[in-house]
Amino acid sequence: MSERGNDREVLLDIRGMEVHFETRRGIARAVNGVDLTLYKGERFGLVGESGSGKTTLILALLRMIKTPGFIAAGSAILDDGTDLVKLNREEVRQTRLKRVAMVPQGAMNSLNPVLRIGEQLMLTMREHGEEGERDELLKRVEELLGKVGLKSEATRLYPHELSGGMKQRVCIAQAISLNPQLILADEPTSALDVVVQRQIMQTLRQLQHELNATVLLVGHDMGLMAQFAERVGIMYGGKLVEVGRVEDIFHNPQHPYTQLLISSIPSFEVKGEFKGIPGVALSLLDPPSGCLFHPRCPQVLARCKTDAPQLKTVAEDQLASCLLYEEDEHAPAS
Amino acid sequence: MPPLLEARHIRKVFRSGGQLFGGESTETIACDDFSLSIDADNPTFTTIAGESGSGKTTIARMLLGVLDPSAGEVLYRGCDVRGLEKDSQRQFRQDVQAIFQDPFEVYNPFYKIDHILITPIQKFGLAASKTEAYEQIREALRTVGLQPEETLGRYPHQLSGGQRQRITIARALLLKPKLIIADEPVSMVDASLRATILSGLHTLYQDFGISFIYITHDLTTAYQVSENIVILFHGAVAEAGNTEKVIKDPQHPYTRELIHSIPVPEPGSGWIAEAVEEKVVDDPDAEEQATGCRYALRCPQAMDKCGALPPFYRTEGERVVACFLYGEAPVLEGSDLNEVFQERDR
Repeated sequence: MSERGNDREVLLDIRGMEVHFETRRGIARAVNGVDLTLYKGERFGLVGESGSGKTTLILALLRMIKTPGFIAAGSAILDDGTDLVKLNREEVRQTRLKRVAMVPQGAMNSLNPVLRIGEQLMLTMREHGEEGERDELLKRVEELLGKVGLKSEATRLYPHELSGGMKQRVCIAQAISLNPQLILADEPTSALDVVVQRQIMQTLRQLQHELNATVLLVGHDMGLMAQFAERVGIMYGGKLVEVGRVEDIFHNPQHPYTQLLISSIPSFEVKGEFKGIPGVALSLLDPPSGCLFHPRCPQVLARCKTDAPQLKTVAEDQLASCLLYEEDEHAPAS
Repeated sequence: MPPLLEARHIRKVFRSGGQLFGGESTETIACDDFSLSIDADNPTFTTIAGESGSGKTTIARMLLGVLDPSAGEVLYRGCDVRGLEKDSQRQFRQDVQAIFQDPFEVYNPFYKIDHILITPIQKFGLAASKTEAYEQIREALRTVGLQPEETLGRYPHQLSGGQRQRITIARALLLKPKLIIADEPVSMVDASLRATILSGLHTLYQDFGISFIYITHDLTTAYQVSENIVILFHGAVAEAGNTEKVIKDPQHPYTRELIHSIPVPEPGSGWIAEAVEEKVVDDPDAEEQATGCRYALRCPQAMDKCGALPPFYRTEGERVVACFLYGEAPVLEGSDLNEVFQERDR
């Protein structure tokens, strides 16, 4: 087995996760039966186009789904047996930051504009159960800021006095303030310039390593995923269609959707050639029957219109949900 | 013959603060001395690339005549766009079209798609009859890969983002423009559609001979579609020329940093582990207010003379670099970037 073999300890086990949104035109299944296992200390990338359910899934893990959305089914069990889906309000508060933390997408909108950075971080730490004298907490805040590459003077600044990259660093400092085991990062650098993006991702990588935390990075920038993640999951229409090691996903994708997605990545290798994915994105309110991808799939089989595929092992450490790989079981005996 | 559109040493300064609460007002130079001409008969596909705040949209707005430059002028067929006669104003509005970033914002939700497409035909008197007008509309829709039956008679909200963006392209196409200025046309659409839209633009350039100014922060798509590229940094051109050369072998220290920062879609290539030489700039405004090279504060190769503004050094036939490291190369006279740009292969 590889270094990511079965000796790895499971941190979070997500089973049958369903998040539904009630709309006037019916129920939209934004997350539609996701099974995913995250290991301790790994960097996992979750990829998908807009509307694929990737952000909804991590909001569900943080219990931040708001009405008309709700978690309809499923469990997300941490290594100590805690089921994130079953926590009550007070337990959610105790779990956030201490066990599961989030680095948000728009750092500019997630800091309080009228509180100095130091006050803000101390307040959050207290809110999530940290005790101790002001001086002691302030010292810890300064240490945290140091870890993300900010000077201790930053404690006295207001958010508007910081650049976008510095604000995102503050958000990372906040996320790691209580040493969580799981850090959920939703496109943390999509609003930043590429030069700053690289610095921020390197900081996050460094801290993940130091804390031995698991990072679940959500996004659609395949370049960023290739560079940051060790394993990658691909979502389509609220379902996970493929999971595997980053090298396998990029070099040997198995699901037809993943194959098209990988070949559509623009790079500095090919000029004047444009590869897309045929067809239009599915409607969650009126999803196709059988496999959700079948109307766009170039390798569609007759039974893809009726049978929904299951996520199955298709190669070492690689799972895909596609009927192409279920052929043996259903094929008529010859 | 004068060029179709020409920016001559245009500059834009935004002032903020001051007056109301007293104190000094601050100046932001969004665009500093930009010159580019677009020839009417020899189409070019040019990317203007830069990070947020580099002034790329400001340049686009000045070229479209919707924002007045603080200095310099934008000329349409030799006449300043601010003082065009009624007829040439009309001609300008027909020849130079715009495609914007957000295909959700540009439509009036109360009108059907037909209205969006027929209005320009009526305004510019492009068809003799309604039948002829619809004929043109169907043709334009097919050119951008849409089925007229599935598009006409519908409202914008009934179409996807990608379809809407293609309708803006079809609308621009109806007017048979000479130049399309596209400001981040694919940054709001998913990967699967990005390719379709970019190949649509590329077809219009290759087959219809329409020039493009493609404004983006995404160098990978710029590499795919454009022949020429302009790299902006804080309102000033850092490097410009042949896209292939600039991206594969960047010469300006900023372009180098920018290109090396892009995460390539190849696992394990060292992007995350490799140490970045980082010069921290404490005051983000300092770069904007710098009188010399704006990159000097961060530049690992900064020299004393970088306190002055570098001219364009023509390091090779199809490239200029605004950096004193190339001080031995000849200076580009007149600073019109079109001098080093390549035209469409024929």
